[in-house]
Amino acid sequence: MPFTPPPIDDILAALAERFGPVESSVFRGQTRIVVPEERSLETLGWLKGRGFDLLVDVTCVDYLEYPDAKHRYGLVYLLASTATNQRLTVRVFVDDPRPTVRSVVPLWEAANWLEREVWDMFGIHFEGHPDLRRLLMPEEFTAHPLRKDYPLQGRGERHNFPVITRDHS
Amino acid sequence: MPIELKKAREGFSSGKLELPENVVVSRLDALASWCRKNSLWPMPFATACCGIELMATGASKHDLARFGAEVFRFSPRQCDLMIVAGRVVMKMLPVLQRIWQQMHEPKWCISMGACASTGGVFDTYAVVQGIDRFIPVDMYVPGCPPRPEQLIQAIIDLQDKIQREGTITGREFNTPGRQLRKRALVEIASPLSIDAARNPVLQRELAAAADAAAGRT
Amino acid sequence: MSIASPEYGTIDPGPGPAARSEDYLWTLNFGPQHPATHTTLRLVLKLEGERVVDALPEMGYLHSGFEKIGEHLTFNQYVTVTDRMNYISPMANNVAWHHAVETLLGIELTPRCSYIRTIIAELARISDHLLCNGAVGLDTGAFTFFLYGFYQREVIYDIFETLCGARFTNSYTRVGGVSQDFTPLVIEKIRTFVKTFPKTLDDMERLLTRNRIFVDRTKGVGVLTKEEAINRGATGPVARASGVTRDLRKDEPYLAYADLQFQVCCASAGDCYARYLVRMQEMRESLRIVAQALENLPAGPVNVGIDQRTALPTKKQVYSTIEGTISHFELSMSNRGFEVPNEESYAAIEAPNGELGFYVAGDGGESAYRARCRPPALLHFAMFPHLIRGHTLSDVVAVLGSLNIIAAELDR
Repeated sequence: MPFTPPPIDDILAALAERFGPVESSVFRGQTRIVVPEERSLETLGWLKGRGFDLLVDVTCVDYLEYPDAKHRYGLVYLLASTATNQRLTVRVFVDDPRPTVRSVVPLWEAANWLEREVWDMFGIHFEGHPDLRRLLMPEEFTAHPLRKDYPLQGRGERHNFPVITRDHS
Repeated sequence: MPIELKKAREGFSSGKLELPENVVVSRLDALASWCRKNSLWPMPFATACCGIELMATGASKHDLARFGAEVFRFSPRQCDLMIVAGRVVMKMLPVLQRIWQQMHEPKWCISMGACASTGGVFDTYAVVQGIDRFIPVDMYVPGCPPRPEQLIQAIIDLQDKIQREGTITGREFNTPGRQLRKRALVEIASPLSIDAARNPVLQRELAAAADAAAGRT
Repeated sequence: MSIASPEYGTIDPGPGPAARSEDYLWTLNFGPQHPATHTTLRLVLKLEGERVVDALPEMGYLHSGFEKIGEHLTFNQYVTVTDRMNYISPMANNVAWHHAVETLLGIELTPRCSYIRTIIAELARISDHLLCNGAVGLDTGAFTFFLYGFYQREVIYDIFETLCGARFTNSYTRVGGVSQDFTPLVIEKIRTFVKTFPKTLDDMERLLTRNRIFVDRTKGVGVLTKEEAINRGATGPVARASGVTRDLRKDEPYLAYADLQFQVCCASAGDCYARYLVRMQEMRESLRIVAQALENLPAGPVNVGIDQRTALPTKKQVYSTIEGTISHFELSMSNRGFEVPNEESYAAIEAPNGELGFYVAGDGGESAYRARCRPPALLHFAMFPHLIRGHTLSDVVAVLGSLNIIAAELDR
């Protein structure tokens, strides 16, 4: 029997009261809400105050090749509560050019590197992040690899190194 | 020429020279190669899963120490065999090259596993498609990851190679063309340039994309 | 008699330039190639004498583009790539990936499959903890402990090899089931392992747990408080050693954990020694789980039925029933097969390192639109500067080892 997390309808109701109606849906027992970018930091801070103390993940989906997509980037914040085992997925949609979101590092220190990785892989700028640099790719790398318009095999960067032969090593 | 030496030379060439039991006659090259092959000191450049199989080969069940390769020194200055175990990515390749250059001659390289030999499962933007594009490799071990027995077989084959080709002065490393130079599939204008301004392939692709966009609109 | 004692006469160095504490600050580059068996991490340590003032961790030296590959491989092909993430316990990654995919597709496993996956996940956990604690031992100088652990891992490798042909990087699970069922020989080998492992574990504990040197090197080193652990996103043994009692096997039971009796191991000290003890105890609990699951292994089919169009049917079904033939044909064709909803979901398991989850987005095709791996090791490595400040250089390896940072999972 697949496990379903405890319901969070009361939290959603309080959220709607505080911030106005939010688009929410349930899929396979998981609740997802969509929050506009302007209120993302406020909403997440409020949710943290309501018991979601564990930031599980910050990630992004590039909807460039998705059927019927309205926005290009969907940021995903996965929250969990250690006390009540509730889970919530918060989605924030942003668009080109210059996708920007407020950083949640003041709320959860875990977001520091997770947001750096999203910047590295997708190019989403996090306002207020203390140290937004590349994490996985080298500093000199210019592209954002996980975007859908970047090819899987890259653009020749992996071949661009000097060759050391036997006679001059 | 002293008379004893002349007699010894004549006796040796006619097959009549008698050697005491504790004297062995050989070539200096063969002797040096025998010493080197039986005391290979591996430098484990373990990056990923093959590194665990490398550790397992050195552990008690498949003991690599039996073949002389016991001393896993992690300093390149003290080693003569670099075992590259695992995938090497773009960010790590300069480190690999620097460590290879820090090792002293005579030195050999074993490329362990599919990822080090050809890029393996990872034909992606970040993984180097075979370290032999950038450093000279002596022995390839296929597998993902190779069993410890395969790595031991590679060490044995490398020992045979050293015995066959080894010279005491290391002449086999200085002969140009001895290790075929592998060309990367992409022409390099200037090395270590992964930004667009100095990468000709990227510029060609961006120009093509701009043309296509201009042609469309 | 010390040099400063009156009989010896004190040595007066005389006035010299006043040394400022900044004069003793120096930078040490630790990695990415270094002997601590954690492969390709880099730490730039700012030291004042022997004391670490700050540490700047750098990663990405093993980033291979796993998440991008996930968008090009099918669900069953991608499991081979998940093996190469946390390569110390590849079975756990396989279970995690297919757990996420089956959550997205809404597939429920057969009871036998749940039990089989539980057993292999727990064997992977034992394997991981053996290597992690072994590496902590190795880095602090205890080579015998490491070799004992490695020998037991060879026994587990033997079990996995009998089961599916590969020592590790098994790619054992498939959507809707597993690739090979348990044979009587495999069950026999696991039973033997369950019988003989506790003695070795006792031997290993006798080597290190009350060893004065080891205790001095790890007690009080790298302390992580409970609030910091939650704030920094720690999960798994690292969090449980700090007092966070979160274990997904109990809090969100998946597979067969709801039916099995076991305890969640926690400690409150939060230092390296606590993490070591939590992992040792977790190995015993895992062994209990394996023993129970093995005795209660339900009979029946291991893959889901062919009407669900996910797992390949058995050869007998293919050759003797028309549904089996059609199902086999459709699954082998690339444009047919199971239906993937245009939705996204997240599912996590309690991997040996922490909460290993996959956020999978489907777009109707046979490969994921986005396959995001939530790596526990990333958050643990990010905590490293916080843990090491104020400790000495020799504590760096102890703390790094106790966090169990596997570079492939960190960088993906």
